Amino acid sequence: MSGFLATSGFAIPHIDYTALLPELIMIGGAILLLGIGALRVRHLPPRVYSALTGATGVASLVAGIFLWDKVHGAGHPFAAVAKSLAVDGFSTAFVILASAIIIVSSLLSNDYLEREGVIGPEYHALTLLSASGAMLMAAANDFIVIFLGLEILSIPLYILAALDQRRAESGEAGMKYFVLGAFSSAIFVYGIALTYGATGSTNLAQIAAYLSHNVSTNDGLLLAGAGLLLVGFLFKVAAVPFHMWTPDVYQGAPTPATGFMAAIAKVGGFAALLRVFFTSFHVLSSSWQPIIWVVAILTLVVGAVLGLVQRDIKRMLAYSSINHAGFILLGLEAASTKGISAALYYVFIYSFLVLGSFAVVTLVGGKGDREHSIESFRGLGRRQPLLALALAILLLAQAGAPFTTGFLGKLYVVEAAVSAHSYALAVIAMLTGAIAAAFYLRVVFVMYGTRPAPAGAPIEPAGGPQLASAGASPEIGSPLGASYSPLSAATLVATEQETGSEVGPTSSNPPAAPIRLSFATALGLALTVGVTVVFGIWPAPIFSLAHSASLLFI
Amino acid sequence: MSSPAFPYLTVLILVPAGAGILAAGLPGRSRLATKAIGWAGSLATLGFSIAMAVQFATRHGGFQMVSNHPWASSLGISWTLGVDGISLFLVLMTAILFPIALAASGERAGERSFVAWMMVLEAGCVGSFLSLDLIMFFLFFELTLVPVYFLMTGWGHERRGYAATKFFLYTLGASAFLLVGMLALVAIHAGQTGVTTFDIRALAHTRLSSATAIVLFLAFTAAFAVKAPIFPFHTWSPDAYRESPVAGSVVLAGVMAKLGTYGIIRFDLELFPRAVVDLAPVLITLGVIGIIYGGIVAAVQKDLKRLVAYSSLAHLGFIVVGAFALTGPALSGAVIQMVNHGIYTAALFLLIAMIYKRIGSFSTRDLSGIQHKAPVLAGIFTLTMLASIGVPGLNGFVGEFLILTGTWLTHRWWAVAATAGVVIAAIYLLWAYQQVFHGKPTAAEANFTEITWREGLFMAPLVAVIVFLGVYPGPVLSRITPSVDRLVTHIEQVAHPRIPPNGRPIYTAAKRTGSGGAK
Repeated sequence: MSGFLATSGFAIPHIDYTALLPELIMIGGAILLLGIGALRVRHLPPRVYSALTGATGVASLVAGIFLWDKVHGAGHPFAAVAKSLAVDGFSTAFVILASAIIIVSSLLSNDYLEREGVIGPEYHALTLLSASGAMLMAAANDFIVIFLGLEILSIPLYILAALDQRRAESGEAGMKYFVLGAFSSAIFVYGIALTYGATGSTNLAQIAAYLSHNVSTNDGLLLAGAGLLLVGFLFKVAAVPFHMWTPDVYQGAPTPATGFMAAIAKVGGFAALLRVFFTSFHVLSSSWQPIIWVVAILTLVVGAVLGLVQRDIKRMLAYSSINHAGFILLGLEAASTKGISAALYYVFIYSFLVLGSFAVVTLVGGKGDREHSIESFRGLGRRQPLLALALAILLLAQAGAPFTTGFLGKLYVVEAAVSAHSYALAVIAMLTGAIAAAFYLRVVFVMYGTRPAPAGAPIEPAGGPQLASAGASPEIGSPLGASYSPLSAATLVATEQETGSEVGPTSSNPPAAPIRLSFATALGLALTVGVTVVFGIWPAPIFSLAHSASLLFI
Repeated sequence: MSSPAFPYLTVLILVPAGAGILAAGLPGRSRLATKAIGWAGSLATLGFSIAMAVQFATRHGGFQMVSNHPWASSLGISWTLGVDGISLFLVLMTAILFPIALAASGERAGERSFVAWMMVLEAGCVGSFLSLDLIMFFLFFELTLVPVYFLMTGWGHERRGYAATKFFLYTLGASAFLLVGMLALVAIHAGQTGVTTFDIRALAHTRLSSATAIVLFLAFTAAFAVKAPIFPFHTWSPDAYRESPVAGSVVLAGVMAKLGTYGIIRFDLELFPRAVVDLAPVLITLGVIGIIYGGIVAAVQKDLKRLVAYSSLAHLGFIVVGAFALTGPALSGAVIQMVNHGIYTAALFLLIAMIYKRIGSFSTRDLSGIQHKAPVLAGIFTLTMLASIGVPGLNGFVGEFLILTGTWLTHRWWAVAATAGVVIAAIYLLWAYQQVFHGKPTAAEANFTEITWREGLFMAPLVAVIVFLGVYPGPVLSRITPSVDRLVTHIEQVAHPRIPPNGRPIYTAAKRTGSGGAK
């Protein structure tokens, strides 16, 4: 099979379609959506497209689970399609994650599409294509396929960033992302070329074999290639110093697209980054570990410190995502199975955190998607107790509050770093986590802590005549979610009809219209919050998924 | 090791946690149901903790009622709980203070989220005291931050946002070192034995070089020193105590400050005996500085809450001195002083809250002549204040006396300096008392009402404990001492390995003098 590289004729390799099934489902779903969009007789409401997208996500999730069962049950990962695709625990775990992201994102973006009157299936079709790219990157066992995946992942994201034609920032974001992304792709391709020159192959397994059997006396070419590849990856995952695009693109892109982009780009980028550096370049780890060490510290510190001074919540979350990227790099820096497993776990739980956070930001952003200053969250705990509760849980989890997945993710990567004796890195990571907690808490404080003080009242407000009823919502079904309901009972009025007049006098904004939670959004938020809390208390399932994924490596 | 059929310890955590979830998820608007849940949750916890104390075997130094269940087994984390003489009374104290804090919160005890946060906080505090697994301890230790943050921001005083954020970040930052230290210790232990476990009973046998032990000790102590707080890591505490609502102040000073000192005794002393012996002079010095500095700064405070905050710093200094004197009596004194300090500081904050409710001010400038209007309130304040000063016959004396006698054995001049702190405490407290209670009532105090029955009812248990522990600390000490002796013996075996395992420890030999004197 490896012969097809050497022979002059181009032999068509045997294609194992079951191995490609999740990607094919995603692409098929996108084509179906576009077909319906093109052939439709009359305008279909966005929820039809959203439902189709969700169904595609479910189908690909099922395919992913079958694939997982095949790999996990048989106990042996395998390479397919001329060894350019790896079907192992690692890739199928990311397939499952990408499918889950599509499901949640299709639920969470529907409200936005209806509110903004976006007609047509393009938004969802682009997310599906992008997710298939992320899956391909995770499964790729060949640099060429990684590059294909990278482009399939990125190009839809450029378009998604520029999707909102009414806001100039959106176009700017798309343009910026595209130009910088194209640069990084070029650098990445150059890295592939140099690596191919040094090792004679683009196949990850063959490169690993070559490097373990040959001692190179002059490995400048190889190191340069690896370095350029690293730059390409670090750009995609928004690590410092390749993070410059992140705040602008996150701020400019339509908010649900930002959430999706934050999740899926990290999934694809980290999946390929971990695989390449853990398999092919593992023997070079003494060369790249110090670089990752420095990059991780820069990423952690820049993300946490610059996040402190942001006034726009989307920019703040952009810096927070940079900080999280630093945490995930801890797992790579450890260069151990535990590190890979920890990084995988972190990417997994972070995807849900960021999707949910941006969903709440979308809803609060209002029609036109413009209200994104942290001030616009003032008094949200009173106006919209459930939305505020969901955002509070998600932000506290990002800060690493106990009994949430956010804490376990940080614990896991820090443990991996400590096991690899990177004590300084571990301490710096936790300290930046504490700094980052400051800006998460500021949002939580703005939502809950700011109340109009009754003039002359010496003590806190009286209990309030009427208590909010929160029991009517589906979200309250999550077991511990309820225990986090801060102050929802202290609110004077929380019913939707009266919210407008209850905004505190400190708020200069016009009274915000009550935000209606559709069933889809409520379900999506309940999913993200539920994953965060349930698996924070009962960590075994995702832990064992990440653990076996990192063991079943090709 | 007794392991009764009934899982007391797990229940002690799950009951308040369940009550918290129930209160938060309660449909409808019933204040009565919310109150009932709060009361039922906290009183049931109190009941279970008393039952646990009854079951507690007196002459047993090790952990009792241990319950062990796997949690995140792939990481080696397990739900391991146990109680010994050191944690027993801290759990009891927590269980006593929470219903009282709810009772003192008045109308707020009918607000769902207030009750929910209080119950979650109680679960976090009890969980911290009972955890034998490092990560479970860390989880509960961190969990306490979240409810306190919301209690402060939701029901605090004017500068609550600043105080709450400062508190949260300060403690969270310090915890970074604790977490990394824990993971490093476990990694070293796993390297030596091949077993990844976070159980302190196993980790206590890790062999550490003295340099490693010192680094790990410093990492652990950073978190505990901030949480307690120990001078010079105390700057968050006056703000946090000042801006908290009354329930928050009671829990912060009464219970959560003990998480820090408890952590020192449970983890530092147990896990790093050699580093403790090496660094004890440093920590004792910090403790003594805290005693003197806290006393002097308290003397110049015009704000009653800040005054108690600084006096708390001084009293926690005593506990630190007692813990690091490394003698049986001093350590017993430190443990009982944690309980005593929790009780009388909580009582002081409750009394100050009563004054605030009537006058609307914490400043001694606005207050005068209260004892003419409310003699019973003044009487209870006097008693609590005297306990805080350390007058014999009240509970504050027992702990301070044991600490000072025990410290005298190993660190004579530090004990002398610490004794000065007792005098300073008398100065600032009597001074404040004079300004607030003596003199003539002004117009502001004209309508000052006497303590109500309801207020008297929740003060009564605290007053009873203050007097009982002052007069007859025997039952408490007899349960604390075996665990303390076990710990001191463990420290000596690790730090001075020449002493045979069954040999008579040097320092515990002196304990009879100490405890005898206290009775």
